[in-house]
Amino acid sequence: MGFLLFLAKRLLVLIPTFIGITLISFVVMHLAPGEPMTIQADFNPKMTPEMRERLRAQYGLDKPLMVQYATWLKGLVRLDLGRSFSADRRPVWDKIKERLPVTILINLLSMGLIFAVAIPLGVRSAVKRGSAFDHMSTVLVFVGYAAPSFWVALLLMLLFGVKLGWLPISGLHSMMGYGEMAGWEKALDWARHLVLPVLVSSIGGLAGLSRYMRSSMLEVLRQDYITTARAKGLPEKKVIYRHALRNALLPVITILGLSVPALIGGSVIFESIFAIPGIGQLMWKSVMARDYPVLMGNLVIVSVLTLLGNLLADIGYALADPRIRAQGEEGG
Amino acid sequence: MASEAQESFWSGFRRNPLAVSGLALVTVLAAVALAAPLIAPYDPSAIDTFHILEPPSLAHPCGTDTLGRDCLSRLIYGARISLFVGFVAVGIATAVGTVLGAVAGFYGGWIDTAIMRLVDVMLCFPTIFLIMAVIAFLEPSIWNIMVVIGLTGWMGVARLVRAEFLSLKGRDFVLAARISGASNARILFSHILPNAIAPVLVAATLGVGNAILTESALSFLGIGVQPPTPSWGNMLTEGKDNLEIAWWLSLYPGLAILITVLGYNLLGEGLRDALDPRSRRE
Amino acid sequence: MRWMAAAAAFVVVLLLQAPGAAAAAGLDPVGPDYGDAIVVGSIGDASNLIPMLASDATSHEIAGYIYPGLVKYDKDLNLVGELAKGWEISEDGLTITFHLRKGVRWEDGEEFTSADVLYGFETITDPKTPTAYAGDFLEVKKAEAPDRYTFRVTYKEPFAPALSSWSNVVVLPSHLLKGKEITKSPLARHPVGIGPFRLKEWKSQERIVLEANPGYYDGRPYLDRYVMRIIPDPATMFLELKSGGLDWMGLSPIQYSRQTDTRFFKENFKKYKYLSFSYTYLGYNLRSPLFKDKRVRQAISYAIDKEEIIRGVLLGYGVAATGPYKPDAWYYNPHVRRYPYDPERARELLEEAGWVDRDGDGWLDKDGRRFSFTIITNQGNSLRANTAQIIQYRLKQVGIEVKIRPIEWTAFINDFIDKRRFEAVILGWTLGQDPDLFDIWHSSKTGEKQLNFIGYSNPEVDRLLVEGRHTFAREKRKRIYGRIQEILAEEQPYTFLYVPMALPVIHRRFRGIEPAPAGISYNLIRWWVPKAEQRYIMP
Repeated sequence: MGFLLFLAKRLLVLIPTFIGITLISFVVMHLAPGEPMTIQADFNPKMTPEMRERLRAQYGLDKPLMVQYATWLKGLVRLDLGRSFSADRRPVWDKIKERLPVTILINLLSMGLIFAVAIPLGVRSAVKRGSAFDHMSTVLVFVGYAAPSFWVALLLMLLFGVKLGWLPISGLHSMMGYGEMAGWEKALDWARHLVLPVLVSSIGGLAGLSRYMRSSMLEVLRQDYITTARAKGLPEKKVIYRHALRNALLPVITILGLSVPALIGGSVIFESIFAIPGIGQLMWKSVMARDYPVLMGNLVIVSVLTLLGNLLADIGYALADPRIRAQGEEGG
Repeated sequence: MASEAQESFWSGFRRNPLAVSGLALVTVLAAVALAAPLIAPYDPSAIDTFHILEPPSLAHPCGTDTLGRDCLSRLIYGARISLFVGFVAVGIATAVGTVLGAVAGFYGGWIDTAIMRLVDVMLCFPTIFLIMAVIAFLEPSIWNIMVVIGLTGWMGVARLVRAEFLSLKGRDFVLAARISGASNARILFSHILPNAIAPVLVAATLGVGNAILTESALSFLGIGVQPPTPSWGNMLTEGKDNLEIAWWLSLYPGLAILITVLGYNLLGEGLRDALDPRSRRE
Repeated sequence: MRWMAAAAAFVVVLLLQAPGAAAAAGLDPVGPDYGDAIVVGSIGDASNLIPMLASDATSHEIAGYIYPGLVKYDKDLNLVGELAKGWEISEDGLTITFHLRKGVRWEDGEEFTSADVLYGFETITDPKTPTAYAGDFLEVKKAEAPDRYTFRVTYKEPFAPALSSWSNVVVLPSHLLKGKEITKSPLARHPVGIGPFRLKEWKSQERIVLEANPGYYDGRPYLDRYVMRIIPDPATMFLELKSGGLDWMGLSPIQYSRQTDTRFFKENFKKYKYLSFSYTYLGYNLRSPLFKDKRVRQAISYAIDKEEIIRGVLLGYGVAATGPYKPDAWYYNPHVRRYPYDPERARELLEEAGWVDRDGDGWLDKDGRRFSFTIITNQGNSLRANTAQIIQYRLKQVGIEVKIRPIEWTAFINDFIDKRRFEAVILGWTLGQDPDLFDIWHSSKTGEKQLNFIGYSNPEVDRLLVEGRHTFAREKRKRIYGRIQEILAEEQPYTFLYVPMALPVIHRRFRGIEPAPAGISYNLIRWWVPKAEQRYIMP
């Protein structure tokens, strides 16, 4: 019951945030010199003033701004984001739709990697505070956090792609012969192509999360109940992994939610470098081509994704925290 | 009281080797940036087509780029750009964040709710997407980049300042000021704000590193600082195009970014530890 | 014994590396084998495979394999029959009668006839068709198809480029298009062709796969497939080439000179180089008050060191351009005004034009305005970007401030070039075989989307351009275009920068490649791979 109440509350809060996102996107869109349509109309030299007016009416650009916003919002809900300015004139949603799965896949993989590495690393650093391992990992974490991901990508490409020739350096899968591969060969092929992008996109998060995990764990280890558990003579392993870890993980889940935007933002960089046809590459291309409809569609979709990521993190937090489960309180 | 706090701050800071090295890095970099014309061995934009893509040598310790320009000199001048962008962007972010956070924390009520909702919304945008969307409408230039990075990076500071205000506004010294008839603005700026400076300083220091990373990423993608202005980010673009034959073009600018960001992060963390008595106990 | 074996291996290697088809044929006495695919790298995707609607090079390249013309250039740049097996030109030079090949079939089995040519002609000259190639065809007074295999055009006046204009763009399957709006035709993405290849698959921004057309009138290509991979980044493309994902790409000068000396490369690839059919220039928007004065343009030309650009950007793989033609063309005029690097002369000319550094800030000024302008160029072309930076550096030394703005191609053309929103531009022109330059330099071609986008206008050039295209005599044409080159060199509406070399590299397994004045790709359909070396086995 408490949890349901919590969920309902979270969902309710989502609504104004969602509206805020659309509002800001809409404002950014109208920052454009001229109106969204002039660009399109200018493509066609045969456009007469009357036709232009008709188009304006058709696009609703003659209406007050609020009405336009409402219309745009209605379209958005139906995933109607307009058409691309590029030569193919395809609906924006179609373009986004075909690229979204790749971006989500890579982000999920990176997130998995981040968790799988950062948590043990953070825990071990905390438990062995002051040890050589702790110092070493602290330095590594700082370096990892400060290293520009695109630079790391370049170095990895140079090492594994060029010098050693172990891994492919661009695209999602091999091109020739891919169609004839068996299922597992295809999977392996994808995996080989995804190693570097996933690695690169997780470096920043990895550093951040393990640092966070470490301090969260230290915090918990200082608590009285841990001292009590130790005093009771419970084995150290059990104290750490049964009692401390569980509590130390809680704030980390919140961080997960907050790191979603950064993770997705990173897509722009590594998708451009590794030539991966995802949302980030689409964003970069549409910026370069000044393809405003695609640009705005991207911005909105990605932010909504982030919103969902946050929500999932909140739910995870609630499920993990017995206090919230019981009281239906929202945290932080 | 104040000097005692300072003393304990300094002793805490000094005993943290990471923080001290961060301070050292930041100081050296600032010196390099300021003294660029004095220490750069060549004019960073001097083209020399007889010596293109030369590997590091005595004459060119970091090699030359595709137009025969001296990479070391470009790196040195690039420090100016990076630090400049970092400071101005963070300055904007801090100013906006402080004002909004202070207003939200001090007045509370619906103003607070509105501002905090705005913060939530802004945090939902992957920053780089938002920046790219805006840059697409403007021309890419160093000024636009700084402003846009600044305007998309204030949320953390706003939250911090708000939290400080919430905890400070009920304290005795604020109440005392209020009783003695000080105006809201006066209470805000001369009584509460100075007390909130420490966490803001930490956030700003960490923010410089982030802003430099963002700028270099944008420049790398070709929508940041434009050539011939040497920026570490756009130097790396050239490195990428010549990855196999000119490793030095990729290595050094990346290292420069790494060291700079590292410096600010270490300094920021060091400041935080030194300012926060709880974590100092660690 | 061991030594002997080594020697034998040496001989084989020598044979393998011997250039030309003769040696290859000697090795493979059975002659060309069918099969295998060639994988080509391209920076950009195609946009539209109806050739008359597309304006980008990739679209034309692909469409060229699907829709051949009535005539084509052979390896020595002579016009020979393609879909037309022959033609006659009337005494007065006004009428061309094409005799079309019989029994040539479209992919869907329909026969190719004169109706297809007539349809193409009518469509390209229809003002409603958004095409950039109508110009040459608007010279036609009358086009007719007297029977299924004859096509006749009559020109208003003698028109020198007439025959060559029928080499591409205009042949389309009328039975699929007639009565429909061509801009909405599905043929844009799913062409039904008649050429050596046909479209098998087109995955946007990823690849275009062509397969041999078994019904091609001249015999199907030896290769089963032609695959174009779209890799927007040249460095990535090169890495792909080395990792075996590509068989053919054009190298940058740096790649060509510095990255191909490895053993791996020599064993697997063969490099070619020849002067490309293009030149690169710095064009001035002549509507801008900055560039109205001829002396200012001349000064900029003096301030730019072309040799430096060729050395620094092309690494020597190119020659300085003196005008709108390449130096080995028969109509090239070497005796025109030249602009050797001379910053002193540049400063003098600028001073004559009123540009002096009055306020001592290092930049020239006039009427209180600093001499400052922006060069735009298309993003992603590092040669042009570097050229721009060298120009920027050199102009700074005479006191002119230059800003550089790279813009993505589509936006570059649509928003800047077509709308004339630029001050100066670095771009290149591809050169045809005919000297006709009407579309680029005639003052009637300055309208929106037309090619004289710098707004050049000179009555004498106008007159000569018209005269040139109505003259057949080679010597007389040479004089006419020689004079045009003199005027352009004097007036410098462009600073003509350089003619770069094409630097293609192709996998060694391909045989039958014969470099010629036309380049190398003219006989692609006769390239082949011995069975034993074939890499891609098609199901």
